[in-house]
Amino acid sequence: MREISVKKITEAVAEMSVNANSFLGEDVCERITECRKKEDWPAAAEILSKIEENIRIAREDLVPLCQDTGMACVFIEIGQDVHVVGGSIEEAVNEGVRKGYTEGYLRKSIVKDPIRRGNTGDNTPAHIHYEIVPGDRLKIVLAPKGFGSENMSRIKMFAPAAGENGVKDFIVNCVEEAGANPCPPVVVGVGIGGTFDRAALMAKQALLRPMKDSNPDPYYAEMENELLERINSLGIGPQGFGGRTTALAVKIQTYPTHIAGMPVAVNINCHVSRHREVIL
Amino acid sequence: MEKMLVYPYDKEKLKELKAGDSVLISGTVYTARDAAHKRIVEMIENGEKPPFEIEGSIIYYVGPTPAKPGKAIGSAGPTTSYRMDSYAPLLLDLGQAAMIGKGQRSEEVKAAAVRNGAVYLAAIGGAAALIAKSVRSAEVIAFEDLGAEAVRKLEVENFPAVVVIDAYGNDYYESGRLQYKNGNK
Ligand code: SF4
Repeated sequence: MREISVKKITEAVAEMSVNANSFLGEDVCERITECRKKEDWPAAAEILSKIEENIRIAREDLVPLCQDTGMACVFIEIGQDVHVVGGSIEEAVNEGVRKGYTEGYLRKSIVKDPIRRGNTGDNTPAHIHYEIVPGDRLKIVLAPKGFGSENMSRIKMFAPAAGENGVKDFIVNCVEEAGANPCPPVVVGVGIGGTFDRAALMAKQALLRPMKDSNPDPYYAEMENELLERINSLGIGPQGFGGRTTALAVKIQTYPTHIAGMPVAVNINCHVSRHREVIL
Repeated sequence: MEKMLVYPYDKEKLKELKAGDSVLISGTVYTARDAAHKRIVEMIENGEKPPFEIEGSIIYYVGPTPAKPGKAIGSAGPTTSYRMDSYAPLLLDLGQAAMIGKGQRSEEVKAAAVRNGAVYLAAIGGAAALIAKSVRSAEVIAFEDLGAEAVRKLEVENFPAVVVIDAYGNDYYESGRLQYKNGNK
């Protein structure tokens, strides 16, 4: 058993909260620049260069890229040979979020009750997902998720008869209906299969994949490319003012499902597609 | 070229703005988003005085991050506007000059803008660090308990925005996309 102290977890989460909000991943920055160069509408290219300028300012001044510093979505992979010591792992994560969001001048966007509201004042609790994996490492991924794009996400329990076309149309329509609301260009995370909840989880985890990678299954890799092309033919463009660059990427994750079903979840992320990871 | 929109924002000036125009705003702007709108509208309905003069005002839908020491404001980009759709017509009927946010508005909001000669402007969603550079000062004037959602009085200089709905009811989200599609046939 390898021991890992909860203190380490708190420190890592606090640091990632701050860094994720100020430093956009290189892969996302590169994709935005690439899209600006390929953009065939000058007004749209102009918006993309403002977005690039924003990325520079956030990095240089160490300020958040976006005022919506999100709900902290934390994905933890715990090696089965790891023993977490010194307290509760959940409290350690929330303490890290509290510290990062308070000391890092990040916005506190969490309310303690969905209907009765009331800000918790420290951006806790985080949304935490645990997975047990082989090995003696502990991997933490932190993705602050803004709700302008989260609110544009959809899930649908299709009948299998809807087939490939039903799934593809649903994904494209979801982006079209969202329009300017989720701050396009967007990143589209898709989960197909599993159960109701599994589909949504896969859609969110799809957003964590690097910009450049493709689904390992050529059938879905092809679908990702085709959907990106269809979405970028909608004409919505950056900020919805018209243009080619409506989405930066489409990422699909799948899982076996029941003979009676075909769940499809679409989780939309904005161009401020943030996440950091650490391996302890 | 950008058009200048300088305080006071009288309706005559707003008539010159057309959907798709880039504008630079200078002067006083008030911030209010979901929870503040709810309270302001409740105050008005109860016959109380709202925290600022609605007539002639620009309301920016934003909940900024906390300011770092020595800075006027933290990052401050627009939030999605449709959540304010149920409150906006009343405020527009009271003479609000402009709304700043991002994303589509309802037909009711559009009609209220046309009826009152008001405009809806969009700032670049997610460009919050860049936008914050145009904010000279910020002061919480109401609902401090709401934290990021409190009402702030901002003084802005050359705040960049785009006219989405003009006083004639044109909508740049529709026309911009159409222009792009026609231009790329
Ligand atoms: S959708 Fe993204 S870019 Fe837009 S306001 Fe929310 S977090 Fe910021």
